[in-house]
Order: sequence, then C-alpha cells, then structure tokens
Amino acid sequence: MSQLDDLEEQSVYIFREAYKHFKQLCMLWSIGKDSTVLLYLARKAFFGHVPFPLVHIDTSYKVPSMIAYRDRLAREWGLQMVVGSNRQALAEGMNHTRGRLDCCRALKTDALRHTLDGSWPRLRMGADGQYHEEEPREAFTGVIVGARADEEGSRSKERYFSPRDHNSDWDVADQPPELWNQYKTDFAPGTHVRIHPLLDWTEVNIWEYIQRERVPIIDLYFDDGSGQRYRSLGCETCTGKIESTATTTEQILVELRATKVPERAGRAQDQEDTYAMEKLRREGYM
Amino acid sequence: MRETMMRETMQIVIVGHVDHGKSTLVGRLLADTGVLGDGKLEKVQATCRRQGKQFEYAFLLDALEAEQDQGITIDAARVFFRTERRDYIIIDAPGHIEFLKNMVTGAARAEAAVLIIDAKEGVRENSRRHGYLLSMLGIRQVAVVVNKMDLVSYDRAVFDRIVAEYRAFLEEVGIRPHCFVPISAREGDLVAGPSTSMPWYDGPSVLAAVDAFAKQPARGDLPLRMPVQDVYKWNARGDDRRIVAGRVEAGRLRVGDRVVFSPSNKTSTIASIEAFSGIPDVPTPTEVNAGSSTGITLTEQLFVDRGEVMSHLRDAPEVGTRLRVNLFWLGKLPLEPGKSYKLKLATHQTEVRVEEIVRVLDASELHTSVTKKWVDRHDVADLVLRTRSPIAFDPSERIEATGRFVIVDGYDIAGGGIVRALVPDEHQQLRLESRIRDVEWVRGEITPEERAQRQGHPASMVMITGEAGVGGHAVARALERRLVEQGVHAYLLAGKNVFLGVDADIAFDDRDGLVRRFGEVVHLFLDAGTVVVSATDVIGLGDQRTLQTLVAPFPMLVVHVGAEVDGTPEGADLRLDPGGEPDAAVDRIMAVLAERSRLRSN
Ligand SMILES: Nc1nc2c(ncn2[C@@H]2O[C@H](COP(=O)(O)OP(=O)(O)O)[C@@H](O)[C@H]2O)c(=O)[nH]1
Repeated sequence: MSQLDDLEEQSVYIFREAYKHFKQLCMLWSIGKDSTVLLYLARKAFFGHVPFPLVHIDTSYKVPSMIAYRDRLAREWGLQMVVGSNRQALAEGMNHTRGRLDCCRALKTDALRHTLDGSWPRLRMGADGQYHEEEPREAFTGVIVGARADEEGSRSKERYFSPRDHNSDWDVADQPPELWNQYKTDFAPGTHVRIHPLLDWTEVNIWEYIQRERVPIIDLYFDDGSGQRYRSLGCETCTGKIESTATTTEQILVELRATKVPERAGRAQDQEDTYAMEKLRREGYM
Repeated sequence: MRETMMRETMQIVIVGHVDHGKSTLVGRLLADTGVLGDGKLEKVQATCRRQGKQFEYAFLLDALEAEQDQGITIDAARVFFRTERRDYIIIDAPGHIEFLKNMVTGAARAEAAVLIIDAKEGVRENSRRHGYLLSMLGIRQVAVVVNKMDLVSYDRAVFDRIVAEYRAFLEEVGIRPHCFVPISAREGDLVAGPSTSMPWYDGPSVLAAVDAFAKQPARGDLPLRMPVQDVYKWNARGDDRRIVAGRVEAGRLRVGDRVVFSPSNKTSTIASIEAFSGIPDVPTPTEVNAGSSTGITLTEQLFVDRGEVMSHLRDAPEVGTRLRVNLFWLGKLPLEPGKSYKLKLATHQTEVRVEEIVRVLDASELHTSVTKKWVDRHDVADLVLRTRSPIAFDPSERIEATGRFVIVDGYDIAGGGIVRALVPDEHQQLRLESRIRDVEWVRGEITPEERAQRQGHPASMVMITGEAGVGGHAVARALERRLVEQGVHAYLLAGKNVFLGVDADIAFDDRDGLVRRFGEVVHLFLDAGTVVVSATDVIGLGDQRTLQTLVAPFPMLVVHVGAEVDGTPEGADLRLDPGGEPDAAVDRIMAVLAERSRLRSN
C-alpha cells in the first residue's frame, strides 16, 4: 500500500469511529482544500453519503466565490449545511482594522463556539436548497476538523480525538492517552470532542490526494491569469496571494516540493504575535 | 515527481529518561536533514537572544508557550523529516514520568523506536520503563542511542559499559536492539553523518540506523480478521445497500468467501466489496487486503453487531470471557478487583472486572510483587480479566490487532495491554460445541432476520427463576397468554416436558445433561422464530449462564422471583416479589421486553 492509501484508510477509520460514537456530530467545512479533502474522505467512509451536518462559519469577508462554490457542492452532493456567524459583531461593524486578533476572535472563535453549542442562531439549508433559521438548535458533542499536525507548532500536539471542556478550552498538558485504534469516545456532559482525521497528512499529501482522486477543490488555489494564486484560504482582507502561475494540481505539487516557505506565511494574523495561533487555538479557533 | 506517490512513510518514536536528549536529537535531525522551513531556525535563535537564553535545538519543537515555561516536552509532538530512503513522522515522546501516557500514545503509533540514554547518567528508571513498555506495545525494531558522548570525552569504555548493562536488561523484556550508536546530539556527532571524535566506532549514524529499519508488511498472510465497526443502511439517495463496515486487520477477503461472525456464530457469504470513488467508472474491488478500511454486503439478510469479528469458517478467533493479559496502568486511581470497568478490544466494548491479580511488576526495577492487591499508576501487571459477555479475540502473539485492548475508567482510557491467552471458563466446552453446531447448521432459505420481519418480532427467551412455590409458574402462564393475545408467537416450554420425553434415556441426576438438552430444545424453538417462556425448577439461576451460552446469539431475559432482602442475583435482569399478582408481574416483564425491542422487528 502506498503512503496515501495508508493515510486514507486511517482517516476513514477515524470517521467511522466518530460517526458510531457521537450522536450530535458535525464537521467543519472552511471551503479550503484541507476540509474539502476531509469532505471527500467522509464520502469514502460512508460510501457516497455524508451522514452529518457540515458547519461553515461565515465571517462575511470571505472571497465571494467561496460561498457560491460551497452552496453548489452542497446541493450537488446532498450535504446538510449549517452556517453560523457573529451577527452582533458584524452589525457593530467588526473588521480587521480593529485588530486582526480581535477580529479573528470575534468572527471566528466566538462565532464557532456559539454556533457549535447552539446558543446563537444559525442557518440550515433546507430541502429547497435555501437557507432558513434553524430551530431547535442542538449542541454538537463531536466536531470533525481538518487540522494537520504539520501546519504549525501547536497543532503537532493534537490527538485524533481531543477533548474540549465546556468553554471549548483545550488542556494541552493533560490529554488522555490514545492507544492503537482506541480513541476517547466517552465524555462528561457539557464537554465535547474535536476529531482530527487529517492529523498525519502533510500539505503535499493533501495535494497528491487531490490529484489522485480528482477532488473538486475551489479554483482560487490556481492562477487565474494574474500570475498569482492563494496557497491558503481565509478572509479576503487578511489572506495574501502568492506569486505563482500554477494552473494545475500537478504544477502546484512541483512548486510545493521545492519551497521551504511555511504554508500559512500569507496569513496576516499568524505574524502578529509569536503565540497568536496558540492563544486562538486554545480558545477554539481552527 | 511522480515517484513521491510511491515513497513510504514510517512513524518512529524517540523515548528515554527526561533530559537525556530526545528533543535535542529531534531538533538536530530536523536541522541536519534540511527540512525546516526557511527562517525557522533563525527565528527561534532570535527569540532566544531576545529572551536572553541560550539556544537549544529542542526549542525548535517547543512551539508552545506553556511548554517552554515548564521546560519539559509535554506531548508526543509529531515532526516530519525525510531521507533519501523514505519520509518519517517522528513522535517526540517525552520522558518525564508524569507524561507516561503521552509516551505510550506516541509509542503505540510507532513502527520503530529510538531509545536514548545519557552517557554520563547511564541507565535510569525510565530507560528501563520505556524499554519494557515498547516490548508490550509490540515494537520490535529498536535502536539504542548513547547521547552526550561529548560529556564523557567520547570515551569508548563508558559506551561499552552502558551497552552491556542495557543490552542485558532489554534481553529480559524480549527486545533485541538492532544497534547501539554513540552520539552527541548537541555537537552533531553521528546524528546525520560520521564523526571524527569517535574513530573507534564503525557502526551506523542515527539516520543510517533509522533508515535500516524495515517497513512492517501488512498482515495479509494471517487468518482473516475484520472487526465489525458499523453497519450502514442509508435508505437515502436511492441507496438501499446494507453494508457491514470495518477494517481488515489481518488476512484478506474476496467476494464469494464464506465467513463467520464471532461470537454470534452467524455465517454468510460475501456478496460484494463496496467502495466509493469520486472518479467515474472505477470498478469496485473483488478482493481487499489487511489494512483496508472497507465495507461488504452479504448474500443473506443478516443482523450483525459492532464488535463481532468476521473471519473465514476455519481459523476463527477465540471466544470467551476470561483473558490472561499483560497490562500497564496509567489511571489516576488504581486498578482494583471488584470494580467494574469498560474494556475495548478492536471494535468490541464490554464490561470487565479483574478476576485475579497474578503479579504486579514495578516496571522500573522489574521487581515482582505477588501480594499486591491492586495495580497502581505506572505499574505493569499480569492479570486475569473477566468480561460480562463473551468476546472474540486472539492471543496478541498470533494476531496483534485483535489481541490488544484498553480499559476505560470513567471517561478516559486508563490502561492498555495485550492478551496472552484464553482462560477457559465453565462454559468453554459448550461454547465450542455450539459454535460447531451453528457453523454446520443446515439452513433453509429463511434467515432469522427475514422470519422476524415477516412475523413482526424477533425470537427471544424469557426465563423465570426462583424457589419452588414463589409463583413463577403462574407468572409464566400469564405471560404466555398476554403475548399470544398481542399476536406474538409465544410458547410456554416447561422444563418437565423436555424431561419427560427428550430426557427419558438419561439419569435424572445428570444435571449437566439435563441443562444441555433443555438448552438445545430451546435453541430449536428460537431458530423457528418463537418467543420461549419458561419457568422451571430443573434450571436454577446457576445454570442460566450455561443456557445463555447455548442459545446465543438469541437474547434471553432472566426474571427472578424472590424476596427483596435476598437481593437480585447476578445475571438477573429483573426481580419480582414472590406471591404477587401475576398480571402486575406480566406488566413489568412486558415493559422490559418492549424497552429492549424484543416484541417488534426493526
Ligand atoms: N553536552 C551535551 N548536552 C546535551 C546533548 N544533548 C542534549 N543535551 C542537553 O541536555 C539537556 C536536555 O536535553 P533535551 O533534548 O531537552 O532532553 P529531553 O528531556 O530528553 O528531551 C539540554 O540542556 C540539552 O542541551 C549532548 O549531546 N551533549
């Protein structure tokens, strides 16, 4: 078996464990390449179905084509979409000029936490393909996330099944052991578990898999003719493009194997503070 | 470029006593193999300058604020590097004893290990403990690195002494290291390349030693084991397949194979192997090998549960309730006999108790205590476990994936271990007999599942126990009536009726013979789809487990009629007061039956 096969088998196994053990299960879909590969793997695990909702946090500053792409795939693949946002902060005009970390915390971290625990309103795509206010809203106890260990320091400490307390806090120093294929599937009321099927994948693995399986990722990753493309997707305001003329997965792989620039170098909020990511992450940011 | 698809990955772990240099070695490997992102080394060096502390290679890993404050690596961080030979995921397992659970987590994922020992400090407590745990975790490929040779003037005698001592210890726990490498992680001697400081050494560097590890082949040559992970029937988007999903942990399976599920002993034939692909027109496979997370459909409509192990008819796993195991304990509270825990083995989950503590080993010194009555955190023990219901497994020496388990205390995994052997319980012989009976059973075309669906309810047994004269028979009669009136195919089978006819040729004091024949008659009725009700004096509570073994996987409800002061006997699902109104008793039994979905096919 090749390395990609090994990674795929392991991810599929984790998906099935998650689905078996968590009744209130969801998966975060940021529309980026990682969580889109994750979505594709879910369809592998469940033989073409995605038997849980996909949660998307809309900061309102995403590249517009991301939202169009999201809804197109959702209708095509019969996905159960749930969309949440920090409506209050947006109404008060929150944006990155008020401080990138504060903006991320409000529009991503807080929005995510309250969308997951059901305390803030959220939208759900109905059978008509349109979004409606969701009622009633349950708290999710299992949240599948596309984090990879190679992204940056703090993520390399994650478990496949990683408990979060009722504040969504992550106690890095006191994590339960994870042995062989036995994961943490028992949890106290009020807590939830983050599940990471992509933990062992690298950025190159993701692209190799996209190429091998022809995963239909969004075209923002490719040069649109301007000589630039996104390497990592986020808010339009805080995510820079890189100089690249890659228009195919093949070309991206050639580029990646040669570079030593970290993947998230284009993400402005990471540069703000040495421990910025770690702080956000403990607070629940993906 | 395309050949990268074919590159192999290996997960390795680096373990050893705290401060012996694990993180430094990992940092060095990263720097020397040139895999750090541009600017990472410089950034960490700059941070050190700013904070006025000396640069350490370990800081490359210590990305966490809290961790740097504490000065100890706190989790099995994953780090990636590559050599010409392959890609590595290196798990920097920490050595501080508090974090043993992290070390175990890291090491359990690894295919090979590097054990590190400080040349100056020599073999320490965790050098031993980790060696022992590696052996229990099933890691056979080990390289030992003697670090900080710079502190002992690169002296060969020091190295030789440590090699002799540690080799002898590892031998005791069943590990034969591939090599011993003297290094200085800080100075870079023999990490990624040769060293001029130790001309007396002509073995491999750490990198060469790691490259020399062999990839463990997927175990396609072993007997088939596919623990059932889940059963899917989506009934959505035009899909009405019933897919049994699981990972092939050993062996291989092909379409058309005859298979048996243990412990239920249900047999069937593989109709298809299912797979999803986003690429159009990819045919589904006709064969899958060990390592595959797959899904199959069966030729018969069959209900199997998560936790059962699918195998070929020959070479099925062991089934039993008593397991002789080796276990390491990580729980905050000690492991105690009498307390009930949750056991997870492959995909099976069941209640378990410690039946016997054979001995407890202090893992650091390998001192044995045969008198200790519990197992403390970080101890290693030799135990007999008893599960509440029979489970399918293999001795780990034979098939690793179905021979290891974890124990959950409360919400967290608190220990893990490997199964050495099955310890026969009182029913082992009967269990074997009924397995042969089930596998060889001549079947009509109607499966129990179809029968249940057509008649509206599955088959099951209700057994009413209690002393003579407490009114058990009256309850049984009333229950049969109520069931039949509600349209359930129920039958009152008095033990005496079996005794009069079927048992006419055996002695009335041949208790085992009586129980066995009664069980076989019940089994026939159950196979025919009946809800069997029985209250009998022939079968006491003690025989109820025997009966359960014979009629499994058909479910049995045990109702005990007896005074509250005498308590509810073990194994009884429900207790009723003696001499009560039969109708009230029947109400309560019906409620439990309904709750357990015994009266309705699903
Ligand atoms: N002199 C010397 N010091 C070393 C060497 N390797 C590690 N150290 C030091 O030993 C201490 C502990 O190392 P570290 O890698 O953090 O140990 P860990 O706890 O096993 O991860 C640090 O101060 C290192 O600088 C070596 O080869 N020579």
